[in-house]
Amino acid sequence: MTGQARTTPGAGPAWVRGGTGGGAGKASLDVDALLTDPDTQIIVCCGSGGVGKTTTAAALALRAAEQGRTVCVLTIDPARRLAQSMGLTELDNVPRPVAEAGAEGGGSLDAMMLDMKRTFDEVVEAHASPEKAKQILSNPFYVALSSSFAGTQEYMAMEKLGQLYDEAGAGAAGSARPGKRWDLIVVDTPPSRSALDFLDAPERLSSLLDGRFIKLLLAPARGPARFLSARFAIVTNALNKVLGAQVLSDVQTFVAAFDTLFGGFRQRADATFALLQAEGTAFLVVAAPDPDAMREAAYFVERLTHEDMPLAGLVVNRVTDLPAAMLDASEAASAARTLDSGAETDQQVAGLLRVHAERMLVRAREQKLKRSFSAAHPAVATVSVPALAGDVHDLEGLRQIGALLTA
Amino acid sequence: MTGKGGTGKTTVAAALAISLATRGRKVLLCEVEGRQGIARLFDVPPLPYEEREIGVGHGGGQVYALAIDAEAALMEYLAMYYKLGRAGKALDKFGVIDFATTIAPGVRDVLLTGKVYEAGRRRDKDGGYSYDAIVVDAPPTGRISRFLNVNNEVAGLAKVGPIRKQADAVTTMMQGRRTAVHLVTVLEEMPVQETLDAIADLRSADLGVGNVIVNQVRQSPLTPPAQDAIGSGRLDAAAISASLAKTSIGASAELGVGLLEEGAAHAVRQELQTDQRKVLAGVDTQVIELAYVSEGIDMGALYDLALSLREQGLQ
Ligand SMILES: Nc1ncnc2c1ncn2[C@@H]1O[C@H](COP(=O)(O)OP(=O)(O)OP(=O)(O)O)[C@@H](O)[C@H]1O
Ligand SMILES: Nc1ncnc2c1ncn2[C@@H]1O[C@H](COP(=O)(O)OP(=O)(O)OP(=O)(O)O)[C@@H](O)[C@H]1O
Ligand SMILES: [Mg+2]
Ligand SMILES: [Mg+2]
Repeated sequence: MTGQARTTPGAGPAWVRGGTGGGAGKASLDVDALLTDPDTQIIVCCGSGGVGKTTTAAALALRAAEQGRTVCVLTIDPARRLAQSMGLTELDNVPRPVAEAGAEGGGSLDAMMLDMKRTFDEVVEAHASPEKAKQILSNPFYVALSSSFAGTQEYMAMEKLGQLYDEAGAGAAGSARPGKRWDLIVVDTPPSRSALDFLDAPERLSSLLDGRFIKLLLAPARGPARFLSARFAIVTNALNKVLGAQVLSDVQTFVAAFDTLFGGFRQRADATFALLQAEGTAFLVVAAPDPDAMREAAYFVERLTHEDMPLAGLVVNRVTDLPAAMLDASEAASAARTLDSGAETDQQVAGLLRVHAERMLVRAREQKLKRSFSAAHPAVATVSVPALAGDVHDLEGLRQIGALLTA
Repeated sequence: MTGKGGTGKTTVAAALAISLATRGRKVLLCEVEGRQGIARLFDVPPLPYEEREIGVGHGGGQVYALAIDAEAALMEYLAMYYKLGRAGKALDKFGVIDFATTIAPGVRDVLLTGKVYEAGRRRDKDGGYSYDAIVVDAPPTGRISRFLNVNNEVAGLAKVGPIRKQADAVTTMMQGRRTAVHLVTVLEEMPVQETLDAIADLRSADLGVGNVIVNQVRQSPLTPPAQDAIGSGRLDAAAISASLAKTSIGASAELGVGLLEEGAAHAVRQELQTDQRKVLAGVDTQVIELAYVSEGIDMGALYDLALSLREQGLQ
């Protein structure tokens, strides 16, 4: 892939409409252009908790498949009903075809849910001898690391992404990625409190594994750091006292067994990070139109820019759309008060007017948030997705979101 | 106080602390995730690892706040029990503290809950407990059972030794009658599902479930009969137009159609809430509701929420 293929000189990427450069911040995101561009190979949906990352990832993947692409979507903890609707009934860590998705346009959709512990176990099994793998997998430190360390989920999501990206297969005819099973991978990100966790966690984990303490535990065995051993003895004694003697030997077993894997871990994390920075990747920041989520989105956008990550744009999800009735909030509220003392029908109409007034106020607040975001980030292409009345739990709902994303 | 991320754990924990701080009672509000959510909520500078008075409750009670930090707790623990002055520093220097508080299974949680345990048992010179109540802004539902049932968590690590002893003591307190886990949720599918899952997890770990607190409940301006009238078509555009004629807006069938459409979408949303409420009605713990505050949460709103908790029996 080349830079020229994706950008028209001077006009920004093909999926940004309007708002060129230092404009007034009206750049809008053309999601269909992004999805159908064969050079788009990875889409990452990130954002703070509960904003609609999983929904957006699934909707984008379905739409891309129905436009003819060979797609795999990696979801993380999807809501039960949504998972079932995509045929994800088992957490078996392999992509399964989503029946009735994409067949008409020649595309296809596979979907999977991430099993972080299993992904970690598989990495160990793939890179250590069977004997050593067994030793590692049953070590309490490993068990804790692979099932409850904050950041493992993010790390394993990246690991899985790397695997899916590399998976060989027939692919689609004329695919931009010949020999690979999928030509587009859409990734959901874990429900972290802060959108930034996704970028930081792998680094945290690998620096922990590369950390001083682990180096130190390995040092006596290796020899060169003998001079440390007096102080090391103090440390060992202290640890024995606090944790109990067996703990230290567990740590040492863990570290020794893991030693050969360490270098590999960092390398893999670095490779995936590079993949995320590549031009075929598009980050979509998802936000809800509330102050917290928009603040997180702003941080994330700035961070992505700072790290040279390919930011495609912002999806503001679940916005209140302009109601059919053209009536401002204060007028509706004052009419409602007039009707309060009337007959039953009048009171019911007062209720309707209040529903309308509330909606107009909420909408005004949301619009204000969106405006201040664009004012601060005029170059970030944005698309808004209205809130559906119900929630999104089947393919039909995903199609609807897909259509709204591209409306 | 646990719940799915973003449902309102920090907000409700603070409101509960205020509600408990009545008639001179002294309450400690703790956070354990290093996010300074309490400081942000009360609009004070970031909290240190030190108990600070941050507010008063109804009738002159006091609310203290503490941000528990695992590393500081470990250093404190080492200093207190082992007088490990020099070795303590060496541990830090060698990255052991970092290691112990991040990947050693359960150690982080023992340290965090251990501090709560310590504060809960602390006594003043006069022999009475230092705090009348402790409210913990705890980890989310997915991790709460493991967090509180720490002795199970460290079992794989330490079969004997002081960490194990500490974990046992903490777990005994957490499983005791004086501890209750409240679950915050909103009326949406995933948070409600997580609440039910967490209740089952907590029970199987012998942890006491307190109340389910449904937060951010939106009052509908439409009464049930009004929703019915809209749903059944009894209230139509013409009738609405006739009512509008009595106001400054004036008759308008077009507005009638628009308002009906909005009313119908609103009713669908209300119904989703009603469905989730029904799901929650199946749990055998008391369910408390807190209203959505459309102006956002400030100190005034916190006191209102505290009052609402008190009125519903949580004090
Ligand atoms: N545009 C929309 N209209 C209505 N409901 C929506 C919309 N987008 C998402 N939802 C609903 O919002 C809820 C949260 O969405 P979703 O699970 O996608 O969020 P998430 O960001 O993945 O959350 P988490 O951080 O917990 O992983 C779901 O119930 C989903 O059906
Ligand atoms: N009753 C309420 N009415 C209106 N807004 C509320 C209410 N309760 C909480 N909020 C708002 O919802 C957001 C999330 O609340 P809070 O931070 O307390 O949740 P949390 O569960 O602690 O989140 P996290 O999982 O990120 O720690 C905040 O912006 C808060 O002001
Ligand atoms: Mg999700
Ligand atoms: Mg919080």
